[in-house]
Amino acid sequence: MYQFSRARELLEICEKQNLELPDVVILSEEEEWGRSRDMIWDEMECKLRVMENSVRKGLEPDFKSTGGLIGGNAAKLNSYLSYDSLGGKVINQAVAYALAITEYNAAMGKIVAAPTAGSSGILPGVVIALKDEKQYSHEQIINALFVAGGIGKVIASNATLSGAAGGCQAECGAASAMAAASAAYLGGASPRRCVQAAAMALKGLLGLVCDPVAGLVEVPCSKRNATSTANAIICADMALAGISSFIPFDEVVDAMFRIGNMMSDDLKETARGGCAMTPTALEFAKTFRGSMMKS
Amino acid sequence: MASIFDIIGPVMVGPSSSHTAGAAKLANIARRICGEKIRKVDFYLHGSFAETCRGHGTNQALLGGILGMNAADERIRDSFEYARDFGVEYDFHFADLGDVHPNTVKIVMTCTDGSVCEMIGASIGGGEVRISSINNTHIEFSGQYPTIITVHQDKPGIVAQVSTVFAKHKVNIAFLKVFRQWRGSEASMVLETDEEVSQTMLDEISLIPEIIKIVFIDI
Ligand code: SF4
Repeated sequence: MYQFSRARELLEICEKQNLELPDVVILSEEEEWGRSRDMIWDEMECKLRVMENSVRKGLEPDFKSTGGLIGGNAAKLNSYLSYDSLGGKVINQAVAYALAITEYNAAMGKIVAAPTAGSSGILPGVVIALKDEKQYSHEQIINALFVAGGIGKVIASNATLSGAAGGCQAECGAASAMAAASAAYLGGASPRRCVQAAAMALKGLLGLVCDPVAGLVEVPCSKRNATSTANAIICADMALAGISSFIPFDEVVDAMFRIGNMMSDDLKETARGGCAMTPTALEFAKTFRGSMMKS
Repeated sequence: MASIFDIIGPVMVGPSSSHTAGAAKLANIARRICGEKIRKVDFYLHGSFAETCRGHGTNQALLGGILGMNAADERIRDSFEYARDFGVEYDFHFADLGDVHPNTVKIVMTCTDGSVCEMIGASIGGGEVRISSINNTHIEFSGQYPTIITVHQDKPGIVAQVSTVFAKHKVNIAFLKVFRQWRGSEASMVLETDEEVSQTMLDEISLIPEIIKIVFIDI
C-alpha cells in the first residue's frame, strides 16, 4: 500500500520501505489507477515538454496578453540576466521563466496547469531554471516533478487548489510549496527536508488573497508567480541548510484551508476586493469592458 | 483521490481553466449533443462569461469547441478564421439567463438540415463543467465520466432494459439520472460510467424500440 493523503503518511512510507519521494508518488499512482510505471513516467515527460515549450515561447519579446495588461516582462528580465543581478542568476532565471509562462498563458498559449493555469509559472520556472543552471539530468527533473505532484496531492486532499475556494494561497501558495519540495529534492535533500521546504514555502504565502484585476489572469497573477518562484527557491535553500518549519507541513495545509474558509468571497476570484478594487484597476476595468462591448 | 496528473496537468490553452478550458469543453459537449453538421451557432453569454469573455478568450474557446477543438488545441486562438474556413457562422450575445452560475452560456446550434439544438451549461472552475439543460429540458451532468444520454418514450421498463446492456458488457454505471417533461411523453436518461463504452454497446442500446436517440459524450 502506497496511498497517502498526509505528508506524514508519505514520509512514513518512504522511511519504512526505504524509498525516495518520487518512487512512492509513482507507486501510489500505479496502484490507484492501474497504470504501468512507464505510462506514468511518459505522461510526466510529456508535461515537461509542454512546460519547456511554454518557457521558450513566452521569452519571445513581443506578444501581448488578451487583456493587454502584461507581456514582455519575461524578455526584459531575461536580458537583464546578462548583467550582475542582485538576487543572483538562478533565482532570476527561474523568475524569468515563471513570467514567461504566465505571459504566454495570458496570450492563449498552451501551458500545463500546475496546479492551476493562474499559477502555472512557478513549478516549471523553478525546475527548468535548475536544470539549465545546475545541469541536473532530465531524469532528475522528471523525478522532481513527481515530488511536486506528491505535495500537491496532499494539499488537494486536505484543503483546496482553487483560488475561488481558498484565495491565491491555494494557487500560488500551493504551487510554491510544490516547487520548493522539487528544488530541495534536486539539491539532494532527504524526503523529510523536502517536506520542510514545502512547509516553509506555503507558510510564507498564507493569507494571500485572489484579487485579479478586471477578473483577468494577468495582474497580480503574473508577478505573484514571480515572487512565489523566488519564495520556493529560498525555502528550498533554507531546508537544505537544515532549517525546519516549527509548524509541520500537514498543519500548515490545514491552516491554509481554514484561512480560505474565513476569507470573504470578495477576495476569492470575484474581483470585488484587493488589487481589483484599487482606483487604477477600476479605471482599467471600465475601459476594458467598454471596448469589449463595442467589438 | 486525485491523480497526480490532475495536479500537474491538464495541458490547456490559457489563460483560465474556468473561462477558457471550461468554455472549450462546454462547446465540445454541445457539438456532440447536436450530432449534426452545424451551419450557424449563437452563444448567449451570461454573468462573468459575458463580462470578461474577450480577455479570457472565452469566445475563441467556445467557437473552437464547436469546431471540435479540445482545451489543449492551439488552433483555439485562431478559431474565428477556422470557422470561416469551415463555413460555420457565429454570433455572440450578452444575455441574462436568470439565476444561474456566473459562468453560464446558452449555445444554440442551427444545423445544415435546418434543425436547431440548444444546450445550457456552466463552467464551474478548474476546467470542470455542468450541463443544466438540453433543448429546454432540465438535465444534469458533468462530462467528467463517459456519458450516455438517451431520449426515449417515457414507458415502464426502459431503465431496466438499458441497464441490462450495461451488465452484459460488464460496464459499471457510476450515476444514473432520469429526467422528463411530462408523463407518458419523451424522457431523458443520463448514464455516467466508470469504464469505456464500446460502439457495440451503444448500438445495442439504440436498438431498444423505445429509444428515440442516444448521444455519447467522452471528452
Ligand atoms: S490572484 Fe487569483 S487568479 Fe491570479 S493567480 Fe492568484 S489565485 Fe489565480
